[in-house]
Amino acid sequence: MKIDVVICGVGGQGVLLASEVLGALAIEKGLDVKKSEIHGMAQRGGSVFSHVRIAEKVFSPVIPQGTAGYMLAFEELEVLRYAHFLSQKAKVFINKQRINPMTVLSGEAVYPEDPVGMMSRHFEVKSVDALRLAKEAGNVRAVNMVMLGVLSACLPWSEDDWFKAMEMVFPARLLDVNKKAFTLGRTVL
Amino acid sequence: MKRFLSGNEAVARGAWEAGLKYASSYPGTPSTEILQSLARFPEVQAEWAPNEKVALESAIGASFAGLRAMASMKHVGLNVAADPFMTLAYTGVNAGLVVAVADDPGLYSSQNEQDTRRYAVAARVLALEPSDSQEALAFTKDAFFLSERFDIPVLLRLVTRISHSKGVVEIGDRVEPMQKEEVRDPAKWVMLPAYAKIRHTNLLERFKKLKDFVESKEADAFLVEDLQDTKVGFITSGICYQYVKEAFPEASVFKLGIINPLPFERIRRFASKVDVLYVVEELDPVLEEQLKAQGIDVIGKEVFPEYGEFSPDVVRSCVDKSYKPKAVYFTDIPTRPPTLCPGCPHRGVFVALRKLGVTVFGDIGCYTLGALPPLSSIHSCVCMGAGVSMVHGANKAGHKKSVAIIGDSTFLHSGVTSLMNIVYNRSSSTVIIMDNGTTAMTGKQPHPGTGVTAKGEKTVKLSIEEVVRGVGVERVRVVDPYNVKETYEVIKEELEIDEPSVVITRRPCTLIAERLGKTYTVDKDKCIACGACLKVGCMALSMNGNASIDELLCFGCGVCAHVCPVDAIVEVVNEN
Ligand SMILES: Cc1ncc(C[n+]2csc(CCOP(=O)(O)OP(=O)(O)O)c2C)c(N)n1
Repeated sequence: MKIDVVICGVGGQGVLLASEVLGALAIEKGLDVKKSEIHGMAQRGGSVFSHVRIAEKVFSPVIPQGTAGYMLAFEELEVLRYAHFLSQKAKVFINKQRINPMTVLSGEAVYPEDPVGMMSRHFEVKSVDALRLAKEAGNVRAVNMVMLGVLSACLPWSEDDWFKAMEMVFPARLLDVNKKAFTLGRTVL
Repeated sequence: MKRFLSGNEAVARGAWEAGLKYASSYPGTPSTEILQSLARFPEVQAEWAPNEKVALESAIGASFAGLRAMASMKHVGLNVAADPFMTLAYTGVNAGLVVAVADDPGLYSSQNEQDTRRYAVAARVLALEPSDSQEALAFTKDAFFLSERFDIPVLLRLVTRISHSKGVVEIGDRVEPMQKEEVRDPAKWVMLPAYAKIRHTNLLERFKKLKDFVESKEADAFLVEDLQDTKVGFITSGICYQYVKEAFPEASVFKLGIINPLPFERIRRFASKVDVLYVVEELDPVLEEQLKAQGIDVIGKEVFPEYGEFSPDVVRSCVDKSYKPKAVYFTDIPTRPPTLCPGCPHRGVFVALRKLGVTVFGDIGCYTLGALPPLSSIHSCVCMGAGVSMVHGANKAGHKKSVAIIGDSTFLHSGVTSLMNIVYNRSSSTVIIMDNGTTAMTGKQPHPGTGVTAKGEKTVKLSIEEVVRGVGVERVRVVDPYNVKETYEVIKEELEIDEPSVVITRRPCTLIAERLGKTYTVDKDKCIACGACLKVGCMALSMNGNASIDELLCFGCGVCAHVCPVDAIVEVVNEN
């Protein structure tokens, strides 16, 4: 087994928490797992990404370019920034949400017209309204778990396995909402 | 038991398992989480020091008194702590002492890309470098024993990609060493020239013992020779080992867990078994220069860059020039730089400074983001504390229309002595202390001005005003940076006055403050779409025909309302 996932979005969208759940699940399953991300400056509304690698044995925490099998993008522009990590056969799941970076707000740069379309020319792309589903689950901040739910449908583990991993990562008071968001994502496609 | 730990968390765990009792640090990405993790262990006294020099010296004191101790910092922190560090190699230790230092290849959150391994070589200390979280735990644990055995501080070298990557770690139990006797031994601890001369030669003897150690069987766990295909061999250490294994799974690899002193004889034997030998190291050619000086034939910076972060792709394409990953690249993607948060109290100061048109000697912290468009209001940033010294020098050079800005944490780290210099050497400089009540940049750590310790306990709260007056500044004024007009006027007045002055702009960081119970909105009938509000650089503001404010993002600071020429931005009071 070899599962390489690129998760990306904007600071504050819960990228790092999503990769944390994936990591906890892999350990439960007795697999090797590494995840890599950069915090610090990037979190002040900057671009954030995380690589999660699951296999019998993982060396580099950074995924080699052109090899990742999955991408979870919480924001449309960010998919373009990290597309070079994806293999030609990658499955890409994109949250239908646009957050203008400061460079666009200030008129220095233009937000690309159709990032989803640009990606669809190269990869198998599914676009999901995760913000709506997160609201439905009861918290707009649960976009990350909706998206993880979407991804979970193509991975081998049961919903209970995922819930167990979420229990290791979330405090009890946030569990219900996040599980609900996850389930909505898992069944949306 | 298995845990999913970052490199930093694993270092903390390893230190705890080794019986660590005292740790001190100053925050700095990527090393911050070491102390934060240590603070969670009840057995460890974990402290934020005002700066790295104080942190290391405190750790030396604890070691002297017989407790295992650690200091952790980012690479540039060791510059600040370099003075004690260099002489600590002479004195050696009593109880084990480990200095964990994290480099930042690729400058994710730093002002330079210096290579800490140079310090290890210069000081002649033992240096270890883990290649994943499991080794981070194991090496840190071993480091305390080695430190005591060889009477030497041990430098644990980390990089961002080790500190912030997570991996599966088998954890162990804590040993509880007895507190060692304090040894009153002036010849070892009092570095007068006469004693220091002897300790220098003694250091060379200790270093010789370390050289023997790295060639001996005892060091096998740190120095792993993995002989496979002998056509190509790699010598490497730390994170680069993982990149090499990823890029060339079939090649022979010699992994160095000890990076100072180097095991030249082992390496020579490995070199003789492979046809071509590469040395793979990020940043400086520290290994390469030493190997070449030993007459070992290696290929290094002839093909690998001397800057930036490596990756499996960098390693592979440098060795195999024909390699190109099969990947899709999109170009011209708008960048998404970090920005000051909506409601950030620094914003009002920059708006005022921009209007004043003065030269701003900046410093390091969240407020350094004020250098980026659209605020574009900072004109220098060298190192922590530099702005306050630079404004003095510039004033002396005749440059009067200038101010220094410095954060509260940075001021206490290294701004106080610079301010003393302004008073003592009589320049009329104006220094703005942006007091947001926390060390925001690195994740809101407390500092002596907050009245809270690293463990979250209450302590004495230092008064910045008193410190400022204490060094002899008579003109000290405090303003609310949300009040842009007053901030502007106060700074203007202080600039005109011919004596040293300090303006403290005080408002808590939005990461620690309560929301204000109000937001702002745009009166569409009044808005003339001039774009003045966009120039405050707030994520809550955008232009869609006319200006609009995202009420979810708006913190309610009202700085944008201050710059609107037609008063179109109005307050909305939120019930609840
Ligand atoms: C010698 C050194 N140590 C640590 C750092 C990391 N660092 C940069 S700025 C800073 C402090 C920022 O706090 P403050 O001055 O209060 O400004 P704020 O971020 O809160 O605006 C730290 C810890 C550094 N760059 N150099």
